[in-house]
Amino acid sequence: MRFKEKIYLSLTALATLIIIGLLSYIIFDILKNGIGVITWEFLSQPPREGMTKGGIFPAIYGTLVRTLLMLVFVVPIGVFTAIYLNEYGRGSNFSKWIRLAINNLASVPSIVFGLFGMGFFVLFLRLGAGLLSAALTIGILTLPIVVVSTEEALRAVPNSYREAGFALGATKWQVIRSIVLPQALPGILTGAILSVGRGMGEVAPLLFTGVAYYLPYLPSSIFDQFMDLGYHIYIMTTQSFNIELTRPIQYGTALVLLMLTLSFNIIAIFIRYRMRRKRS
Amino acid sequence: MNNKLKIKISVRNLNIYYGKFLAIKNITLDIPERSITAVIGPSGCGKSTFLRALNRMNELLPDVKTEGEVSIDGRNIYSPDVDLVKLRRNVGMVFQRPNPFPKSIFENVAFGLRIQGIRDRERIEETVELSLRRAALWDEVKDKLYKSALELSGGQQQRLCIARALAVQPQVILMDEPASALDPIATLRIEDLMRELKEEYTIVIVTHNMQQAARVSDFTAFFLTDEDRAGMLIEYGNTSDIFTMPKDPRTEGYITGRYG
Amino acid sequence: MVNPRHIFDEEIRRLRTDLLRMGTLAREAVDKSIKALVNRDSSLAEEVIVGDDIIDKMDLDIEMKCMELIARQQPMARDLRVIGTILKTITDLERIADHAVDIAKIVKILADQPPLKPFIDIPKMCEISLSMLDDALKAFVNEDTELARKMCERDDLVDALYDQVFRELLTYMMEDPKAVVRALYLIFIARFLERVADHATNVGERVVYMITGVLKELNV
Repeated sequence: MRFKEKIYLSLTALATLIIIGLLSYIIFDILKNGIGVITWEFLSQPPREGMTKGGIFPAIYGTLVRTLLMLVFVVPIGVFTAIYLNEYGRGSNFSKWIRLAINNLASVPSIVFGLFGMGFFVLFLRLGAGLLSAALTIGILTLPIVVVSTEEALRAVPNSYREAGFALGATKWQVIRSIVLPQALPGILTGAILSVGRGMGEVAPLLFTGVAYYLPYLPSSIFDQFMDLGYHIYIMTTQSFNIELTRPIQYGTALVLLMLTLSFNIIAIFIRYRMRRKRS
Repeated sequence: MNNKLKIKISVRNLNIYYGKFLAIKNITLDIPERSITAVIGPSGCGKSTFLRALNRMNELLPDVKTEGEVSIDGRNIYSPDVDLVKLRRNVGMVFQRPNPFPKSIFENVAFGLRIQGIRDRERIEETVELSLRRAALWDEVKDKLYKSALELSGGQQQRLCIARALAVQPQVILMDEPASALDPIATLRIEDLMRELKEEYTIVIVTHNMQQAARVSDFTAFFLTDEDRAGMLIEYGNTSDIFTMPKDPRTEGYITGRYG
Repeated sequence: MVNPRHIFDEEIRRLRTDLLRMGTLAREAVDKSIKALVNRDSSLAEEVIVGDDIIDKMDLDIEMKCMELIARQQPMARDLRVIGTILKTITDLERIADHAVDIAKIVKILADQPPLKPFIDIPKMCEISLSMLDDALKAFVNEDTELARKMCERDDLVDALYDQVFRELLTYMMEDPKAVVRALYLIFIARFLERVADHATNVGERVVYMITGVLKELNV
């Protein structure tokens, strides 16, 4: 028994170590090779000389804008869906089906989203390839995150609050609006931020929906094409005419993307921490 | 039972099902106005289910079916034209665990008014103070009305919940084991408060603590499950009679701690 | 902070008042019965006999009220001793009142017969017994153990008077056989008064128990 215990302990510790090791290696590698590239110019200038010099500002800009645009769509839809599932349709067959669909959505390969986005938003709805189509496509991809985390946040609101509200003669919507949602807000925000982190790094769904290889100008409307950090890394490492020459730019871009994602995650962790402290 | 008292709540042949399971069976009893009626019985005898039938809270659970009649002031609350919101305003409820909202003390009591769309600041303040006074909490909280309700002690929280229920001016107050999470002194204070409140309200309390029922109530109903685990009313009468000379041997067995 | 048991306290207070009222009635009954004896007043004796119904009813009412309080309020410690004391004391008071009735019945019989002798010791016994009862009740009200203990000591006086009355009446009986019936009745009366003093002693003992929690005989 003792011996067995030790084996399981070692196995689990080893698995954890492998993950931490891999993660540290990736971060260390990116940091080591990318940190030297980060300058004010790199962050604020467009690429120059066939993208072998200059900065990545249009890509940062494009990524941020299409992510914010995504939030505008995904948060209301995701939150309302979760409210329906958890508050109105709890236990009903209909919501079971919706939940199944959402879970499946989360396991669809991201390139499929890209194809769907092109077929549906770009061609069928004639939104064209641009920020809007890309944001909507990424939005569908991150929808499950928002729905699931919102549902979790709603479930964490003790039922006794709802009962107290109903017992005072509140309607369902009043209970949701003035008791449940304020309580669930930190959890919902966390979900939204996590969806940002996830959506920011996605490349495949952008491929056919609006991302550009290179643009000499910043997008001026939501129907314009845009540059994107993830895609920039991708093309730099696969399609640049001199991959070795642009390697520092690749690392620098990766570092910027990593930092952006990381900072969103840290905000999420911070909010969650504050929420927990408030509850206890 | 005393015939002079006016009947506030009249229950007739009440059956409640959870899915196919019959939780309470054929309950018929009359609850007098401005008095405290206690429902006692072992766990799972349907006390809470019965209580929650009186403001239709059972309907928050899926798959609950209610048969029979519950009339308040002669009106069947299960008839289809009853406005649930109005019903629940008229029949307040206090729960087993104190459940103040994570808002300020003031906002907790004001909640019932705000959801009615009342915006008049002065009127809200008046009602909040009056409700807190009635719940014997005002003196303890008047200097920290805008502090979080969660900072209060358990007993204070429960009195806050009572104040919150009083603020919407109900006529009936249902209490579902209101003191089971409190220490003995806080419990006695709640009981004392109940005695004061019965001057104006009709109180129905469910408790597994029969000493509490003995101390505080005017009438006691004893529930027990039958062989199919359906809760039934075994005996109902003056609390003094139930606790000094119960008629049914099952009641006697339960209150003397020999059975159930 | 308000005492959360104030309603229970109020009920105990009411119970104590009821007990006092009952004590006063019992005391008056004894007093009247001896007055009726001295004044050969049959109608006053009748009053005592009829009035006993009220005391009997109070006895039952207070007992029921005590039982209800025990069942419903779960009294502990001092509260429990107070209720226990009340339960025991009403029995003593009821007995005292019964003795008053016994005396009153004899008074009605003796009223038709010539007096045997002037009453000196019997009214004195009555006076002392009733003063004992008064002090016992006063001790109950004021929670005065000292008074309760002192009052019990006077039981010896009553006992001594009883012996004296007994011997005196015995002489009457030996001297004149026609006096036997009347003398015997008077001995009964003295005996009843002696019992009244014993019951008063019991009350005193209960008062001490109620206050201190120590239960013992104060006059053996």
